Amino acid sequence: MNLHEYQAKRLFAKEGVPIPHGDVASTPTQARAVARDLGGKVVVKAQVLTGGRGKAGGVKLANTPDEAEALARRILGMNIKGLTVRKVLIDEQSPGIQQEIYLAVLIDRARRLPMMMASAAGGMDIEEVAETAPEKIFRVHIDPNIGLRQYQTTYLASGMDLPQNLWPDFHKVAAGLYAAFLKNDASLAEINPLVITGAGKLMALDGKMSIDDNALYRHADLEEMRDVDEEPPAEQEARLSGVNYIQLDGEIGCMVNGAGLAMATMDIIKLFGGEPANFLDIGGGAKSDQVATALRIILSDPRVKAVLFNVFGGIVRGDEVARGIIEALSQIDASVPMVVRLLGTNAEEGLRILEEANMATATTLSEAAQKAVQLAKGVQR
Amino acid sequence: MSILVNKNTRLLVQGITGREGSFHTQQMVDYGTNVVAGVRAGKGGEWIHGVPVFDTVQEAVEATGANTSVVYVPARFAADAIYEAADGGIELIVCITERIPVLDMVKICGYLDAKNVRLVGPNCPGLITPDEAKVGIIPGSIVMPGPIGVVSRSGTLTYEVVYALTSRGIGQTTCVGIGGDPVNGTSFIDVLQMFEADSETEQVIMIGEIGGTDEEKAAAYIAHHMTKRVTAFIAGRTAPAGRRMGHAGAIVEGKSGTAEGKIAALEAAGVRVAANPDEIVGMVA
Repeated sequence: MNLHEYQAKRLFAKEGVPIPHGDVASTPTQARAVARDLGGKVVVKAQVLTGGRGKAGGVKLANTPDEAEALARRILGMNIKGLTVRKVLIDEQSPGIQQEIYLAVLIDRARRLPMMMASAAGGMDIEEVAETAPEKIFRVHIDPNIGLRQYQTTYLASGMDLPQNLWPDFHKVAAGLYAAFLKNDASLAEINPLVITGAGKLMALDGKMSIDDNALYRHADLEEMRDVDEEPPAEQEARLSGVNYIQLDGEIGCMVNGAGLAMATMDIIKLFGGEPANFLDIGGGAKSDQVATALRIILSDPRVKAVLFNVFGGIVRGDEVARGIIEALSQIDASVPMVVRLLGTNAEEGLRILEEANMATATTLSEAAQKAVQLAKGVQR
Repeated sequence: MSILVNKNTRLLVQGITGREGSFHTQQMVDYGTNVVAGVRAGKGGEWIHGVPVFDTVQEAVEATGANTSVVYVPARFAADAIYEAADGGIELIVCITERIPVLDMVKICGYLDAKNVRLVGPNCPGLITPDEAKVGIIPGSIVMPGPIGVVSRSGTLTYEVVYALTSRGIGQTTCVGIGGDPVNGTSFIDVLQMFEADSETEQVIMIGEIGGTDEEKAAAYIAHHMTKRVTAFIAGRTAPAGRRMGHAGAIVEGKSGTAEGKIAALEAAGVRVAANPDEIVGMVA
């Protein structure tokens, strides 16, 4: 789950990371009031869960409360990469910025440890820096039993040629960011840029945080921060019923158990000239009602012209899946043709149930994908 | 021969009384796996599918000499189960449970490394040595003994490939699902090393997916250390960047971890990469 900038920065501030004074507003009038309280010179920033806000015109400077109100009016409701801006963050301006630093904590999968990355080339896309000037990124790994140590932040600070008088403050910011990462079960906590202000102080101007979805059960406070307005309705329904669903642009709906097989199914549909309409993993231990929900979600996409079920039973049982399909079809008017491929645990019983209901079945993945592609091409909805 | 599990495996089931644990214990017993004990706090003294249940791993190990454990307990209790297995003297822990928080896994992996205990998983289908031991949820009906070692980050995609092999009469030494989480106990390289050292494994099939750099690292290992032929498949060529594809692990982060990058690295290491999982069988036959 991704957090908005203002949410991430507030979590950082709780751990002692300096952030600009500011507040969120969801109306131009509120934006004006916040700007007035901050003295008028502010930056108005669209709060949407995507990058490229600045380029899209979603981040603007205002010199008076009137300007802030006018900018908020323009930015609120703006569409940035398919997402509607519903909130703006009004922050005080930070004049005379001397330097922009990149600072982040994430999981290094290869080393199986949290890693802090810092670069003096802040403000830029860090992946670009990693590609063009990898020597400008400094990394330290953090053993969670020991925590982030002073010598490590000294290594980062000296590597970046940060002025020595700022090293103690840098350590506080880095330790605060790591604490926020750890306490909130984040998979990413990022400050970009961390600036040296005109007054020579460190300040986190922008913040980004992703929370490990698997840990949300122990963070009720974070779950409340979820911005459901930014989630497509179908994906929201899927999440609430424990199904992994991502809508794509194709015409063949897929219901598969297991993420790897789901991706392979999408790949093979494309290989045979079709386009997958979605990624959908019904997960381990899927029950029949979950399968029914999943089918309803797939069919809610009007572009879907055929549905391919590919279920290989291990922890999911074939008969459960078959019952789910039948149950779902009894609730939905499904004129869309379907191909079912069922193998593994209790597959025989599942296939018997499906054949009794006159559903098309397939044996190999290639055969199933080819049938689905043909069916999708032959149907006009 | 085989790797990791065989007829000398003395298996302990953690979470044996749960819905999945009980169902799969029956399947493992039916397959002929030497399931010696189960653990579920508060249910000690009971029997399930002919298997004695203990309150703690320690008691189970003392009473039965269990050396391998399989974990089916729900995510929020799984970390505890893994620590308990390691402390109880288990040498190999196979964790089927999905949705364990990544930071828990970071701590678990550090702890197990220090104790020299191997973990396979989490979020994996487990492993199976045909006709000897089934540890986890890979259906026993789709495997047969033979010369191919199979290692995979995916669960059901592994079944897909193994089923195709068996249908063509090509057997396997051991099939290992290492799991799709960003942080897990056993990597491709660990398993490739074991297959390289296993006298009965003639060829290896490796099934990867987008996200992370485990496949790229495996490619470097294969280029320098593998004498046995490796054939691969990478899932996720059509996955859009920046979206999480179910597995916490299966995500393309910007330019890194793409299917193209992984396929290129593997091909440069002399690995033949199939475009379609159905093709793999023809490539190893």
